Amino acid sequence: MRPEQLLTPTPSGVCCKPAKFHIDPTRAVDRALITHAHSDHARAGHKHVLATRETLDIMRLRYGENFAGSVQEIRYGETLTLDGVKVTFHPAGHVLGSAQIAVEANGCRIVASGDYKDAADPTCAPFELVPCDVFISEATFGLPVFRHPYAAKEVQKLLESVKLFPERAHLVGAYSLGKAQRVIALIREAGYEKPVYIHGALEKITAYYEERGIPLGPVELVKGAKKAELAGQIVVCPPSSMTDLWSRRFSDPVTCFASGWMRVRARARQGQIHLPLVISDHADWDGLTNTIAATGAGEVWVTHGQEDAIVHWAKARGLKARPLAIVGYGDEDGEDKLDTAGDAGA
Amino acid sequence: MNRFAELLDRLAYEPGRNNKIKLIADYLRTTPDPSRGYALAAFTGALSFKYAKPALLRGLISDRVDPELFALSYDYVGDLSETIALLWPAKEVKGRNDVPTLSEIVETLGALGKLELPGQLVRWLDALDERGRWALLKLVTGGMRIGVSARLAKTAAAALGPHDVTEVELVWPGLEPPYEKLLAWLEGEGDAPESNNPVQFRPVMLAHAIEASDFEKLDPKEFVAEWKWDGIRMQAASGLDKSGKRVTRLYSRTGEEITKSFPDLISAFQRDGVIDGELLILREGRVQSFNVLQQRLNRKAVSSQLLQEFPAHIRAYDLLSEDGEDLRHLPFLERRKRLDKFVNKLKDSRVDLSPMISFGSWDELASARAEPARHGAGEDAGAVEGVMIKRGDSVYQPGRPKGQWWKWKRDPKVIDAVLMYAQRGHGKRSSFYSDYTFGVWTNGDDGEQLVPVGKAYFGFTDEELQQIDRFVRRNTLNKFGPVREVVHEPNEGLVFEVAFEGLARSSRHKSGVAMRFPRISRLRWDKPPKEADRIEALEKLLEDEGAAPPKRKSRA
Repeated sequence: MRPEQLLTPTPSGVCCKPAKFHIDPTRAVDRALITHAHSDHARAGHKHVLATRETLDIMRLRYGENFAGSVQEIRYGETLTLDGVKVTFHPAGHVLGSAQIAVEANGCRIVASGDYKDAADPTCAPFELVPCDVFISEATFGLPVFRHPYAAKEVQKLLESVKLFPERAHLVGAYSLGKAQRVIALIREAGYEKPVYIHGALEKITAYYEERGIPLGPVELVKGAKKAELAGQIVVCPPSSMTDLWSRRFSDPVTCFASGWMRVRARARQGQIHLPLVISDHADWDGLTNTIAATGAGEVWVTHGQEDAIVHWAKARGLKARPLAIVGYGDEDGEDKLDTAGDAGA
Repeated sequence: MNRFAELLDRLAYEPGRNNKIKLIADYLRTTPDPSRGYALAAFTGALSFKYAKPALLRGLISDRVDPELFALSYDYVGDLSETIALLWPAKEVKGRNDVPTLSEIVETLGALGKLELPGQLVRWLDALDERGRWALLKLVTGGMRIGVSARLAKTAAAALGPHDVTEVELVWPGLEPPYEKLLAWLEGEGDAPESNNPVQFRPVMLAHAIEASDFEKLDPKEFVAEWKWDGIRMQAASGLDKSGKRVTRLYSRTGEEITKSFPDLISAFQRDGVIDGELLILREGRVQSFNVLQQRLNRKAVSSQLLQEFPAHIRAYDLLSEDGEDLRHLPFLERRKRLDKFVNKLKDSRVDLSPMISFGSWDELASARAEPARHGAGEDAGAVEGVMIKRGDSVYQPGRPKGQWWKWKRDPKVIDAVLMYAQRGHGKRSSFYSDYTFGVWTNGDDGEQLVPVGKAYFGFTDEELQQIDRFVRRNTLNKFGPVREVVHEPNEGLVFEVAFEGLARSSRHKSGVAMRFPRISRLRWDKPPKEADRIEALEKLLEDEGAAPPKRKSRA
């Protein structure tokens, strides 16, 4: 079987025609396999959804009970056979519950990575390497200028700034699913014990992480706090809230943003960020290229992000490579903006 | 170097002036001599080593990174130094002790032969981390652009102790890096370094923008008027130092010394005096547009070719001092008489007088402002930004005293044009399509078609920039590197209202016209491109401006 017969790229996601399912479709379909709960991958309205327990739980938290006609839970490592096609979910290391999906039939195995990272993360299962014939890789940070430093070092920068400006609140912009909780966990690993304040938009998912056994220490809501109480505190919030009315309750805050985009100075300046923190839930250039090589795949399909550079790199190594023009991942229109990048989870 | 790199990095993100001063002062307080002095020199533009050329840096990186990947990266990052700093293969060495200090770098660069530079840069780049590499490359290319002016740096230095920045400005000219004596004095130790500056800057007098309602209250008899030239306001001061040597310095309107950028003007001043005037570029006696002047500005190295192509000129407005006599307390008209004589005695083609405009009523002045070409500005009309209205008896006072001087700028002209191409910006806008080429309709070889008439990259709000950027990405026809061709059909496309200050004939543009200061004044989402302006509208404007009629060219 040719790989394209097993999984056919379409503008609204890859489609498995023999078993009639889509992976992370960007429009409503009958049968959807979802890699993770970020909104550009997990949309509401499918008839049937197959995903990990955490992904299903988070979709329920965000979209309500009726986010899909019916759902089915699958564990990491578990294999299901759908119309003769074997499907297995493996940890992707991106956010809690995130999975790569291995699809296999007639001796051909394709792995759809969803979003992934190979760096350590105290809030989710580590990335697992799955050998395959075709690897569908994301390329959010698919340029060699993106080399993420150690996240612990970046958090150190934050804590030093808190010491330097003890009278100013530090607003840390972080995507509400995954990044926010990871930043809090990293702050705890660095030994910071005071309460971390969060924006109301992070409340449900942060509580869910704790419910799943991820310790985040004392977490307080900004809503209930007095203005004076917030001076000198670390406040984690959605990136967009740093520029809206909500942020006016802080006097002279230090704006920080935890994102892989912060590696490029112009990005940080565009967002009027004072303290960029290069912390990403995506693989960096080295992570992408090492992973693609290690899967042993002879062919790589590249989605959302800087496809050109990864395709060029892969071809130079003698791999077959092609970009998949899937509309809606990583939110093309939001690609350049810090505030509306929303849930792309960069 | 790590401390300096950290400082540059923080400064690049810090918008607040006071916070910038705090950061620099903190650095100066905690960094030893001579590194801190060299940092101050870096901010004030006083370092004198030969800067590395971009071609050299490109060569270094092309030996280490696949050219295609470099091109994609540079296109994305938009800044050569930063791209190289990010791409440079890191050599992680634990507990390394070969990280160079700032003074080591500056002193080595000063002594280095041209051939040794590449090898030395490689050794430093290998020894530094990403931030250090970025700072090093900014330093050696002379393009820091971190929003720190010389004056801000001096203000930070003054903040080390009890002294005021004006005291620093007064002793500054003639001092050399690394400024050990100056910094010690600022910290309260030792005496002030001796100033060897016979030609101090005098704070400039500025004008208020005039409103229509102001005219009723003003009697035209009490006022005189002159053209407001579209150049750079500057002060030229010349005098003899203690040893009897002639010293001439040029200052910007904020008092920053800019002598080094205009060596071609120095010898024009052979008399003691201080002139307030406009810096312009003159070619064959004609004032060039501000766009031309810009090409002369902000150059680190002033090459002889640059001097030849962009000959600098001073058009004098005022005389503040002559032979050691302070004239600022005299009425404007008297100073002006002294100025006429002074300029005549200079007898130098690089300095001339800004002509006065004769008028009897505000209406007459209004018509001069509307058509400078017919009211004495002649061929230089294109470089007239408006008129200056000055009280005949106004004394020269620093700042913006009330009721003395007024500026009355010309109204911008507007046309509706269609977006044709968009290019990604650089620096802060490196990920936005923010430079727009727009066109108007003409009857060309293939019938009705758009011909590009200009390029603009400002005038819109950040929000509008995002809207245009989105439009560009969704309506791309072709990509040429960082440029996208955007759909521009009679019924499909984006219309800009473009405002501009004037028009000139241009053989470099396909349309035959060039705009001065074009900017996007409004987005016309409501207007179909077919309703945008035609080239004939611009031709008409050109005629109104009094520009020479077009030379007849046979159209193929």
